[in-house]
Amino acid sequence: MTARSNAEGSEHVRTADALLPGPGQRALRGLALAYVLVLVAIPLATLVVLAFADGPPVFVERVTDEVARDALVLTLGTGVLVGALNVLFGTATAWVLTRYRFPGRGALSALVDLPLAVPTLVAGVMIAVLYGPSSLVGTTFAAWDVEIVFAKPGIVLALLFVTLPFVVRAVEPVLAEIDVAEEEAAIVLGAGPWRVFRTVFFPALLPAALSAGIRSTGRAIGEFGSIVVVAGNIPFETLTAPVYVFGEIESGAPRAAAAVSTVLLVFALALYVGATWIERKVGARHAS
Amino acid sequence: MSIRVEHLKKRFGDFSTGSAGSAADFVAVDDVSFEVESGSLVALLGPSGSGKSTILRILAGLEAPDEGRVLFDGVDATHVHARARAIGFVFQHYALFRHLTVEENVAFGLDVRNVPKATSRRRANELLDLVGLGGLGGRYPSQLSGGQRQRVALARALAPEPKLLLLDEPFGAVDAKVREELREWLRRLHDEVGVTSIFVTHDQDEAFSVSDRVLVIHRGRLEQLGTPSEILDEPRTEFVAGFVGEVNVFPAEVANGEARVGALHAKVGAPDGHARLVVRSYDVKLWREDAGIATVERVVTLGDRVRVHALVDGAGSLVAQFPRRSSLLKNVEPGCRVQVEVTSARAYPRA
Amino acid sequence: MRAERDVGAPAIAPVEAAKLDARDTRGDRLAAGRVALGAVVVLYLAVVLLGPMGALVAEVSRIGIGEVLSAVLAPPALEALGMSIALVAISVVVNAFVGTIGAIALVRHRFVGRGLLGALADLPLAVSPVMIGLAFLLLVGREGVLAPVLEALDWKIVYAFPGLVIGTLFVTLPYTMRELAYVLEEIGTSEEEAAATLGASAWQTFWHVTFPNVRVALGYGLLMTAARALGEFGAVLVLGGSISGQTQTATTFIHDAVEERALAGGYGMALVLGAISVVLLALLEHLKHRRARALGRTK
Repeated sequence: MTARSNAEGSEHVRTADALLPGPGQRALRGLALAYVLVLVAIPLATLVVLAFADGPPVFVERVTDEVARDALVLTLGTGVLVGALNVLFGTATAWVLTRYRFPGRGALSALVDLPLAVPTLVAGVMIAVLYGPSSLVGTTFAAWDVEIVFAKPGIVLALLFVTLPFVVRAVEPVLAEIDVAEEEAAIVLGAGPWRVFRTVFFPALLPAALSAGIRSTGRAIGEFGSIVVVAGNIPFETLTAPVYVFGEIESGAPRAAAAVSTVLLVFALALYVGATWIERKVGARHAS
Repeated sequence: MSIRVEHLKKRFGDFSTGSAGSAADFVAVDDVSFEVESGSLVALLGPSGSGKSTILRILAGLEAPDEGRVLFDGVDATHVHARARAIGFVFQHYALFRHLTVEENVAFGLDVRNVPKATSRRRANELLDLVGLGGLGGRYPSQLSGGQRQRVALARALAPEPKLLLLDEPFGAVDAKVREELREWLRRLHDEVGVTSIFVTHDQDEAFSVSDRVLVIHRGRLEQLGTPSEILDEPRTEFVAGFVGEVNVFPAEVANGEARVGALHAKVGAPDGHARLVVRSYDVKLWREDAGIATVERVVTLGDRVRVHALVDGAGSLVAQFPRRSSLLKNVEPGCRVQVEVTSARAYPRA
Repeated sequence: MRAERDVGAPAIAPVEAAKLDARDTRGDRLAAGRVALGAVVVLYLAVVLLGPMGALVAEVSRIGIGEVLSAVLAPPALEALGMSIALVAISVVVNAFVGTIGAIALVRHRFVGRGLLGALADLPLAVSPVMIGLAFLLLVGREGVLAPVLEALDWKIVYAFPGLVIGTLFVTLPYTMRELAYVLEEIGTSEEEAAATLGASAWQTFWHVTFPNVRVALGYGLLMTAARALGEFGAVLVLGGSISGQTQTATTFIHDAVEERALAGGYGMALVLGAISVVLLALLEHLKHRRARALGRTK
């Protein structure tokens, strides 16, 4: 996107001057930039600086504290698992929603967007109600000695709820854009369903599904509202990093919270950059 | 492979509104029957939306007919899955697999049949040589020109040695000059490989210059089936007459084998009564003559042809075509009077 | 069929030729596979999404509509909901203004700091809300970096309404700006250029050409902003402290009620927010179709 814009740069600048009023243009632009700096850059910079304020050894100590380290490992582990499950089930869902014709398809497709609008805390409450220890499902699973809520499966379910739209919405347009003739060509040449998928669909879907899966992992490792309700927050068991951060704030240790936050921030940024890189690369190939 | 199509019928509904059977339905193919001899090259000719592509897709198994049968060498193949029909299909916009190389594209039909890799690659390269793309096997489709892609698509369709080759508007997406070359090349290739081939086109020149036989399709119905010269010389319906060349149509009265409209008359083989007189623009002669029956309105030069628009007394406007250097055109200019002679015409009775 | 007569001379080395197989039953297996895939997807959506939603509705009706209604209509609950709605209103107004300016600057302008603006506008999507709360706590909290300044001015941000506003503005920052930037990029500049050649001023161009084209996108972005503002929990919990009647929002009310096992209020409010989000979603879907049509038209 950036490359293309730059190529047309000179043309854009001229039009740009026409769009926001001349004298006020710089002022308004400055306002937008200042807003973003004050609201995002300065607080996050403060967070990172204060995480290291007591020296790197203390920072290391804080993030390798047994409880903190375990929370980080759990967060990353569930995040990656949720990303993988999203790639799998999200692609399948997008496939069914774009390629099948059945009554209620429109409503189902709209529902997939619901997690974008439902407060994540409410999502957590919903999961706790259905799968909680005193619910019908919860008692059934308890009979087999399987705990869902206040255990890891609850965390995964909550994360799947809040990240549900990511892969579905990324894959759908790609699926819709694939030339039907390409699929038909493979069939006429004698390819079976699996072969058709591998040849025509898989290479086209992979980048979109992968980058959206990575984004869902990024979203999952920061998730707080739904986890706080379903996880039970037991150290070494179901205490995730964001909940640990909250606990440290509550117990008056903001710098320990900042240290763990910084680690989370680095992971989140790395995932963000990775997903963006994949999207850029695909975009560049489509353009050529 | 010989092909026999019996009473084919296909209706499309508007599924999106869920109103099957409503007015949104339309009949794409309406009771079409024909036969194609083994080894011939046949064109399905018709305007866009006439149902010709649907017929082709039914032959390929990509659409199921609502009624009727498709027989390959006498065997009913109506319900055979597209995958199992062993047909070569060339798509209008190539439909090459963009994530595979040219060589992998061509070898695809062999690979899915578990032909040993060495064999399939050898054959892919032989086919690429045959279509004049030897050495380009390592490229991706996006690195080829339109004409090259179309030839890859053809090589890919031919690789598994299909008994029937179907081509959907094969040259529709390439520019005019390349199209001309590809046509001649398709004809030569067909003569060399000998596979029964059916192609869809809306371009009459393409249909007549390449094929052994032409099926003219209009509104889902088969209007006429015949050799190119049969269709050109003896169009059976008014639609065919109008579709295969520029024509003038007049409401006329036929009496004793002669159609008359205003000052215009022409010999026709139609029964007496009301009729529509169809005169091809190049079946008209006209020359300057002050006692003539028409007034010239415009003279337009189009490359090596000249078209004269004239107003015939009592009949209306008429278009005639001449070679640019025709001696008849001498002194023919807008406003002058001309004499008109129809050398050949057909009349179709009016209801 | 097997004894196929050879048509024409093969021009190239023969391999085992493709054959028509009239007994092929692969179509049936394909249909079975389709049904299985459909079932898996429906089951997945039921386990993750539909089941939990239905369970909340069922639980509320099991507790009893009367009891839930009286809990949700009690003063603390109404105050919390009012607080959330105030935050929604503020973030919608601010984002309508800043989002529009920011998007135009991002897409139509070239200036130093443009890349930074784009990256920072995306950042709130990648950051945990708790972390945002913590960041502001460290900056403007009681022991924060700016605490002396705020004390001198007698400004209270954390554990007060301004803290809730800041947290909500942070998390809602990307939605309007990104949505508008995307649509501005898609529609291109040709209409604006046409207006300029016809002598329109910058303001005229904006109000008569650009704005009508992005109106739907603006609505979409603001609806997303409203949904996000309504649902924000982590940041407002850390920055507000969930003080009943002062900084308690609808979400922190639910959290506290569930902790205290006051389930009628907690689940009732959860259902209220869920219902609001369904309405917002319906509006979003409506705008999405309009946007698709609008983009299709301008292309």
